[in-house]
Amino acid sequence: MSALDNVIIPKKELPANVVRLGWILTLAGLALAVLSYMTDANRAAFNNVIGFTFLASIAVGAVFFIALEYIAGAVWTTPFRRVLEFLGMLLIPTLLMAIPLFFKLHDVYHWTHADAVATDKILQAKAPYLNEMSFMTRFVIFMVLWLAFYFIFRQNSLKQDGNKDQKLTKKNIALAAAFIPVLAISISLFSIDWLMSLEPHWFSTMFGVYYFTGTILTALAVTTYFVVSLSQKGYFFKGINENHYYSFGALMFGLLSFWAYIAFSQFMLIWYANLPEENFWYIERWQHGWEYVSIAITLIHFWIPYFMLVSRPSKMNPANLKRMAALLVFAHFLDLYWLVMPTYNNAPVFGYHELAFPVLCIGLIIVFFALQAKRFNLVPVGDPKLQRGIDFHL
Amino acid sequence: MEKKLYSINAIYHTPNDIIRAAKAVRDAGYTKFDVHTPYPVHGLDGAMGLKETKLGFVTLAAGILGAVGMISFASWVAVVDYPQVIGGKPYWSWPAFVPVTYEIAVLLAVLGTVGAMIAFFFKFPNTSHPLHDTPYMKKVSSDKFGVTIQAEDPQFDEKKVRDLLKTTGGEVEEVHYTEEFLTFKPNTFEPKFLLLLAGIALATSAGGYLYFNKVLYLPPFDWMVEQPRFDVQSTTDLFDDGLTMRLPVEGTIARGFMPYPYTLGAKADSVGKLLVNPVVKTAASLDLGKRKYLTYCSPCHGNFGSGDSRMNGQFPNPPTLHSDKVRTWPDGAIFHTITVGQNVMPGYQYQLSREERWAVVNYIRTLQRAYNAKESDLQ
Repeated sequence: MSALDNVIIPKKELPANVVRLGWILTLAGLALAVLSYMTDANRAAFNNVIGFTFLASIAVGAVFFIALEYIAGAVWTTPFRRVLEFLGMLLIPTLLMAIPLFFKLHDVYHWTHADAVATDKILQAKAPYLNEMSFMTRFVIFMVLWLAFYFIFRQNSLKQDGNKDQKLTKKNIALAAAFIPVLAISISLFSIDWLMSLEPHWFSTMFGVYYFTGTILTALAVTTYFVVSLSQKGYFFKGINENHYYSFGALMFGLLSFWAYIAFSQFMLIWYANLPEENFWYIERWQHGWEYVSIAITLIHFWIPYFMLVSRPSKMNPANLKRMAALLVFAHFLDLYWLVMPTYNNAPVFGYHELAFPVLCIGLIIVFFALQAKRFNLVPVGDPKLQRGIDFHL
Repeated sequence: MEKKLYSINAIYHTPNDIIRAAKAVRDAGYTKFDVHTPYPVHGLDGAMGLKETKLGFVTLAAGILGAVGMISFASWVAVVDYPQVIGGKPYWSWPAFVPVTYEIAVLLAVLGTVGAMIAFFFKFPNTSHPLHDTPYMKKVSSDKFGVTIQAEDPQFDEKKVRDLLKTTGGEVEEVHYTEEFLTFKPNTFEPKFLLLLAGIALATSAGGYLYFNKVLYLPPFDWMVEQPRFDVQSTTDLFDDGLTMRLPVEGTIARGFMPYPYTLGAKADSVGKLLVNPVVKTAASLDLGKRKYLTYCSPCHGNFGSGDSRMNGQFPNPPTLHSDKVRTWPDGAIFHTITVGQNVMPGYQYQLSREERWAVVNYIRTLQRAYNAKESDLQ
């Protein structure tokens, strides 16, 4: 391993100003969230749903990419897997962020009202699935599963740093094979529970895939942002090159195209059939100013990053990658805002209530990353695939 | 024919060797050289110093041409050339054009790329290449890696090239060619080849014939093709006249069916006097009439009977139902017109039952009254 020792930079704390910024954002976001809960608890709860699903996106998406690396035998992501493992830790604040929502279920989710269900045939038919008890049971099951898989992946990977045991990789591969179907089902039901049931009369069979795509795209964009900015500051290893950058860019490009495909398919099927039980959801999002948000999402979630990442040199340009990654993270937040807020108000609203949770989320991402970067290696030094990952060529 | 030297080649055994050799050849300043490997070797393009291909721009241009062309074509068809109302949507319903636009963009991008490769890189009209059918090509397409430095390289010097390739550890060999070989024309009309083509044609058509006419009707594959019933307009030996379509028994009518005695030739107002409206104007009946009116009548007569529908201009416009003529008509005249039709309007007796037609008559009367409301209607 002496060859590796030359290229890997030993663990190093993040710059102090970044960590300080993380704490400031976290505390500011927390203060704003508390303030908005005190002034307008309903509006705060809807924003809480956005923040919660946004953070869940990054955390679960990161665990998905860990599993994907193992199951696909990918080598180019191996040097960066620690970033994903650090981001997966966001499952903890995700869990905490759900707690206030359980006290506000009645204000956010229409189907929790027993009297509304009693006079509504559609809700009655959905009641076996859509009731508070099974909603909470599912939430607990998902969280336990995600946390369990995440911590076993992480423990095996961290143990490997010390003992360099190749069997741990094999264990993680088997675990990844079990995790992929678990994730496919759980993330679909999770999105149905927390996002689609905001409009309990509406349904779309593509909704689970829609949220899942946004999820992995956002996790990838956050990872890309961390990788590019950390390696620009001299973290990771010497020799990170355009082949690595290109792979991040290409995967982002592929996923954002896939997102556009899913989003457009969902829209076109509903638009074409034009059935009143489905189309009202899009009509709500095409009036009172929501149409501008809808158009903005197509632009910043697809058209702009598509053309900014379409050429080969643009995928290798770190500055461009960072800009596009940040844009896509923002796009996913806006996408969630667009999914959630029309239920709260028939026109788009923006104020400090809406600012609280994005600020909190960004702060939490930085703080959780920094806390772990302090304790653990930024590169999985014991992984048998590491050398190949560093030497990666297109 | 005189044999010319095409190139001096070297064979290597591992991908690492070939990358080192490619780098050495490039560093020595050769420009007319190429590398052959049995599978893609990562990092080889960098070692050879290849510039990024310009083919991507052709792909982009062809893709944009496909997208713009297709969406324009679809728009022209749907708006200008053959406007059709589909699903109550506007003529220019762009979301419906997106899938086909996307597909044509991809198709044209692919065809454009292949076309550009053929036009610019394949060196037509040559039909062959000096390296074809050489022992060198056989080796590098199975398990060896090869570098070839062409004699037309400006720096080419046999001794220097040999020395360079030897120092990189390759087994050096030469490739010669004749001009004839490059422009070799295969004999298309060779009898054996024609016989083969004919054989293939015969075999596929015989197979197709057997499959579609025989195999599909065998028990496990026939599914619902063969059924124990008689199709319309076919013959049978079950009846004396051999027809499968039967007339009703003479002197009988179907249960619930009321024959309509008047035909298209009969004048509406004279028939109208003979018919009495049997349907009472109840809310339920008017509602039925409204639904049937909106389904069957409104596409031409308009939602309120003024003849101002969206089909306006596509056909001869129907006259308004609020004219004095229609308003003074007896109910039966309207009923007769609905039943047998008039001018270009077809009869609706097969779409609407007798009750439904009377309900539509009542609804039209309601519309007429609404258009010509009297003072007393407001009280």
